[in-house]
Amino acid sequence: MVNHFELFNLPARYDIDRTALDQTYRKLQGEVHPDRYATATSAERLRSAQMATLVNEAYQTLKSPVDRARYLLHLHGIDTQEETNTAMPADFLMQQLEWREAIEDAHAAADIAALENLLTDLKHEAANLETQLGTTIDEQHNHARAADLVRKLRFLDKVRDETKLAIEALET
Amino acid sequence: MALLQISEPGKSASPHRHRLAAGIDLGTTNSLVATVRSGMAVVLSDEEGHALLPSVVHYLNNGKVEVGHAAQVQQSHDPHNTIVSAKRFMGRGLHDIDDIGHYPYRFVDAPGMVQLNTVNGVKSPVEVSAEILKALKARAEKSLGDELAGAVITVPAYFDDAQRQATKDAARLAGLNVFRLLNEPTAAAIAYGLDNASEGVFVVYDLGGGTFDVSILRLSRGVFEVLATNGDSALGGDDFDRRIFCWMLEKFQIPPLGPEDTRLLLTKAREAKEQLTYHQQTRITGVLSTGDVIDLTLDNDTFGKLTQHLVGKTLAPIRKALRDADIATTDVQGVVMVGGATRIPQIQRAVAEFFRQEPLNNLDPDKVVALGAAIQANVLAGNKDENELLLLDVIPLSLGLETMGGLAEKIIPRNSTIPVARAQEFTTFKDGQTAMSIHVVQGERELVSDCRSLARFELRGIPPMAAGAARVRVTFQVDADGLLSVSAREQISGVEAHITVKPSYGLTDDEIATMLQSSFSHASTDKEARALREAQVEADQLLAAIRAALEQDGDVLLDAAERAELERHMDALKSAMKEAGRDAIAYATSALNRASETFAARRMDASINRALTGRKIDDLKV
Ligand SMILES: Nc1ncnc2c1ncn2[C@@H]1O[C@H](COP(=O)(O)OP(=O)(O)OP(=O)(O)O)[C@@H](O)[C@H]1O
Ligand SMILES: [Mg+2]
Repeated sequence: MVNHFELFNLPARYDIDRTALDQTYRKLQGEVHPDRYATATSAERLRSAQMATLVNEAYQTLKSPVDRARYLLHLHGIDTQEETNTAMPADFLMQQLEWREAIEDAHAAADIAALENLLTDLKHEAANLETQLGTTIDEQHNHARAADLVRKLRFLDKVRDETKLAIEALET
Repeated sequence: MALLQISEPGKSASPHRHRLAAGIDLGTTNSLVATVRSGMAVVLSDEEGHALLPSVVHYLNNGKVEVGHAAQVQQSHDPHNTIVSAKRFMGRGLHDIDDIGHYPYRFVDAPGMVQLNTVNGVKSPVEVSAEILKALKARAEKSLGDELAGAVITVPAYFDDAQRQATKDAARLAGLNVFRLLNEPTAAAIAYGLDNASEGVFVVYDLGGGTFDVSILRLSRGVFEVLATNGDSALGGDDFDRRIFCWMLEKFQIPPLGPEDTRLLLTKAREAKEQLTYHQQTRITGVLSTGDVIDLTLDNDTFGKLTQHLVGKTLAPIRKALRDADIATTDVQGVVMVGGATRIPQIQRAVAEFFRQEPLNNLDPDKVVALGAAIQANVLAGNKDENELLLLDVIPLSLGLETMGGLAEKIIPRNSTIPVARAQEFTTFKDGQTAMSIHVVQGERELVSDCRSLARFELRGIPPMAAGAARVRVTFQVDADGLLSVSAREQISGVEAHITVKPSYGLTDDEIATMLQSSFSHASTDKEARALREAQVEADQLLAAIRAALEQDGDVLLDAAERAELERHMDALKSAMKEAGRDAIAYATSALNRASETFAARRMDASINRALTGRKIDDLKV
């Protein structure tokens, strides 16, 4: 079994060539996608469905910074313990409380603009953590710290989902 | 002595027969069939030259069925037995249809899908849709002069699993070989994108008679990548008609109407709506069965106010889709308008204002979906097409299952690219628990009761263990049609269970078989003969596919012994086809299929290597 990086012919690093990733994705799907095998034997159709699923899975993993980092750490034998280890530095927890309060307030005030601003803030915050992930993994090879960053990003993702849900609830 | 044949270099020795393929737009209001002829996608018309087939089915008391224009004229004469907009009931229960009072039908609350009582018996929306598909199939085969090898049928992108299953069932019932279910906005994007050689991010806004879809796609050199989709599978031109209808009732203080008058006024409402696209105001006149005369004038302003909230209802899904795709309106290259209801000027204005650019209306909004489906069908049939095209589509709604406390746990999030598979582990709640019930749901809400229930099944025979010790791995798989199957396996004991989600609303294979049978007993077709023919066709296709594969890669990817083994199975199938019955052919077919698995895997690996390195297959000797 090849790993996702090998499948995409990319070096196993956090910092990847996004253009190459996108191009290879299209090339690979161009070869394995079920649409290419609509009239093939059922053995080939089955194989095509499996491979297309794998290529999608690998692409999504490599495309998302946090998923890519988690996957790299996993290849290094590191479990990011996102379900079990919820210990976070106090300032990060404070920050989270503030975000959640902001969501509630904006929701109560039906203030969609405020929620959209929050989404932008969260995006910036995530971008910031992602930059740190790059140096931590590729240069410092500090996997424990990288796992911390992945956990933080996971928290951010949840806050972002909640914000989106709040916006959707107000829009409908 | 016969001359030896030598093929042209680079051409396969067995000349590829052009396979007839069609694209079918099964619409709420109108349906169409298109095909690719001499490299051009064209809509096929009926003998009178009509391209659109009204999606109307009229059941007569002599067992006959009328479809299309003939049925349409019966609408207000025989409303109970003239079914329009059946698509709105596909995969839906009676409780899902909130405006039940507005339909002139005799609904039957069946456990699965809602059904309709007609003079011709109780009909499910699947059977009604199958009548429309049969008519289109006949039209295509007549005009192309031969049987269709298969078809691509379009569905609203926002259709859930139950609605997709119902559509596929209808196609099978109509005797169509379904190459693929294709999302309507994606089909439109193909037709538009190929026509205009477009590159970049495009939005398709599709407001038809009964459904609304919005899809955001990235187009790049023949690749159509759907980034996100959203919509409302119960919003369309019909709802605008209904607003006018309600306005008429109010204006005119009309007493409760019978079904004939309801249908009459709905038709008048629709005509008025369409008139207002071209005129500032329109006059609505008619005589009710009570003798009351209707004479009203509706102007564009009033119509605008009546339907403002409907226009607004299409904007929320657009915002959601943009957020999911992480795309700003300023990133959007163009907004392609699809569906008859996008002709409404208020819609045009609202879309222009939202995206701050004029929407694109240069393709016929009625035909573009069928044309795109025809192009895809032609590619899937394996006919050489200069348009190398690749569609990467997504599922519209999250898929998950019920966990403790009636909460929905998402397994595959909405807008995941298909095909996709995801697994998650669950455990037992009680000591000694030996069974686990798995409830599959679709939707975005947290509570299971707010999501659509797709299926329930049980995993039994888990060995008794302490609570939390069992490890049940549940795998969700969505294929390229967007259809789900689910399996569950206890990891320690290995007990497993799986189902193709034939949702509570779909038909079981048995039900389809019964329906097929009853429709054939009319046509007095011998069921056995048909089954034998199907087996022969399948065997023929398999042999042809393997022959082609051997010719391409056989020398490189198989050694002599492997090739001989495969050929032995091919010969076995060939002789079964000559003398044996259906079962023997089916048996030899599946044996050959199994024997070809390794070859299939190697071919796939070789093509991956080729994609990665650009090397020729000859460099990759195994
Ligand atoms: N000139 C017009 N002005 C306004 N509405 C129109 C006009 N022409 C057609 N329509 C409306 O367009 C709708 C039909 O559109 P279309 O044929 O695209 O739908 P469909 O494909 O059958 O439905 P769906 O895609 O929702 O299943 C009807 O409601 C019809 O009244
Ligand atoms: Mg349509």
